[in-house]
Amino acid sequence: MEATKSTNKKSKTKWVDVLRVGWFLAVRQIKGSNKSTTFLIVFIMMLTFLNLVVVSGILIGLIEGGNKANKEQYTGDVIVTTITGEKEITRTNEIESTIAKMPGVESFSVRYLESAQIEANYKTRRDFSVLPDVAGTQVVGINLDQENKLSNISNFVVEGEFLDESESGYILIGANLLYRYSAGFGDFFASLDGVYPGDEVKVTVGNNTKTFVVKGILDTKVDQVSLRAFLTKADFWRLVDRPGVNANEFAVRISSSSSMSPDELKANLVNAGFAKDGRIQTATEAIPEFLNQIRIAFALLGNVIGSVGIIVASITIFIVIFINAVTRRKYIGIMKGIGINEKAIEISYVIQSIFYASIGGLFGIFIVYVLLIPFFLSHPLDFPFSDGILVAPVNTTMFRFFLLLLVTIIAGYIPARNIVKKNTLDSILGR
Amino acid sequence: MISVKNLLKTYKTKDIETPVLRGIDLEVKAGEFIGIMGKSGAGKSTLMYQVSMLDNPTGGEIILDGINIESLSMEERTQMRLFELGYVFQDYALIPELSARENAMIPLLMQGKTFIEAGKIAEEVLSKVGLLHRKDNKPSQLSGGEQQRVAVARAIAHNPKILFADEPTANLDSVSGQAVIELFEELHKKGQTIVMVTHEPEYAQYCNRIVYLEDGKIVRETVK
Repeated sequence: MEATKSTNKKSKTKWVDVLRVGWFLAVRQIKGSNKSTTFLIVFIMMLTFLNLVVVSGILIGLIEGGNKANKEQYTGDVIVTTITGEKEITRTNEIESTIAKMPGVESFSVRYLESAQIEANYKTRRDFSVLPDVAGTQVVGINLDQENKLSNISNFVVEGEFLDESESGYILIGANLLYRYSAGFGDFFASLDGVYPGDEVKVTVGNNTKTFVVKGILDTKVDQVSLRAFLTKADFWRLVDRPGVNANEFAVRISSSSSMSPDELKANLVNAGFAKDGRIQTATEAIPEFLNQIRIAFALLGNVIGSVGIIVASITIFIVIFINAVTRRKYIGIMKGIGINEKAIEISYVIQSIFYASIGGLFGIFIVYVLLIPFFLSHPLDFPFSDGILVAPVNTTMFRFFLLLLVTIIAGYIPARNIVKKNTLDSILGR
Repeated sequence: MISVKNLLKTYKTKDIETPVLRGIDLEVKAGEFIGIMGKSGAGKSTLMYQVSMLDNPTGGEIILDGINIESLSMEERTQMRLFELGYVFQDYALIPELSARENAMIPLLMQGKTFIEAGKIAEEVLSKVGLLHRKDNKPSQLSGGEQQRVAVARAIAHNPKILFADEPTANLDSVSGQAVIELFEELHKKGQTIVMVTHEPEYAQYCNRIVYLEDGKIVRETVK
């Protein structure tokens, strides 16, 4: 008697056999299942995964697109601006010559800024009881080649032409200063109506007023650019009456082949002692606070929507496995009856859940990285303050993939366990 | 091999208690082919379910191969069913997604045999029951008689000490039923202990001992 019992204990089921049989049963069940049903479940898992990754990715991408545009068209990798309370960046020439010699710097632009008022209809206004067509702005004097190399500004001219260093008396106006481009927002601040390339406008800075011919209209997603008017550096100094030649902004771009980071460039400038002359910030630090707040809110919103998706996915898997296990209850009972370990049967259902979730997730990953990200890069979402792209960092995507797997494992295990633990004979007899 | 003493089984619903087995005493020796007969509702299948550890009796004692099954945990019972016992059910009870060969392999894999070993043994037992040529067929592609022979192959693949069969011929035509019972006879001749529930006298005659149940009690026995 004892000999037999000890034989029994010696041959206690090993986990490896449990896993092997679980795997065997799962593979056979998946192979034997209805192809359309399997496709549908995998499709739901794929949509859930896309919901997890794409919705939050697009929401964050709207902000990331704005940040990217801000960096490419305005700040560069590092921007130096005037210190709060100061009117200009002191020691402009020293900063410029230091930046020009700095290894790893691809381009930089020195900008000169003054507050200005632009009047558009001063020639045609006959009735002086009608308000003049004016808009307040910042007029920016730039070295055209420098600025173009840094921000590719000429590519954003949507009407007329870019400025030319060999000409004088021309102005480039940001589209957001024009009513026809800022319709809606134009109701909140004064904008110019009916200004087209070739029209004359009167620009007043302090006590100086000069007329300029509109050379072109500049439209970018960056408000700091599209709400400004641009002059050549020479025209700027003709218009502006201020002592000295100090600048108001330096935007610096690091060469893509350089290993220098924006933080290192900033540190170099700080170490050179320029922190007293201007406010030195990396592009990330210069992102407006409201954009950071929106980013956090969008990320939260994306996670909420993603969580709903996860719940839907877990319920889907729960129902699928539950129905599968209930309809197969008799066979589960028979397997238990002939000595198949309960864990092996449960694992077979967990493996099926993993199969549905992982195949759906892998299809989702393929769609995200091979189709959607390239698509949004070439066809960004046209958003008022950005060209929205899809942001899906690999580590975040993998985290969500494994989260989906974990949830489906739990959702698959619970119903399987419920059915498997039922009385063996009752299961066999269908009681 | 099997010793049953004063076995009781009562099914309970909310307010009603239905005694099905009312004190069964039974001894089965190794190598016996025993038939359990009786009218519908006599308790034949219930007796077999208790003895084969598919159900828990309300009272009494069952000693199986020297072990009082009451002392076994659920896992030990599962182990014992896997290693020591074989089952043939009335409705074949094959796993629909698995081929005939895979159905016979399943208990062997659970015992720890490799796929190659299990496959080889499965083919040997399918050959014994005359169905090697149908090894890759799913249950739905087999006739009732063939399915029951696959079920027998699965039940004997791991050389169980006791083979339990619950009305194995009930769903079969006479030719298929005959084939299955002849298989049992052949196994018995090789020393297999078999406990078979049946209500068909023509198949019961193959048993070397028949016990008759009536109202949950053994009322008589016949020995060949």
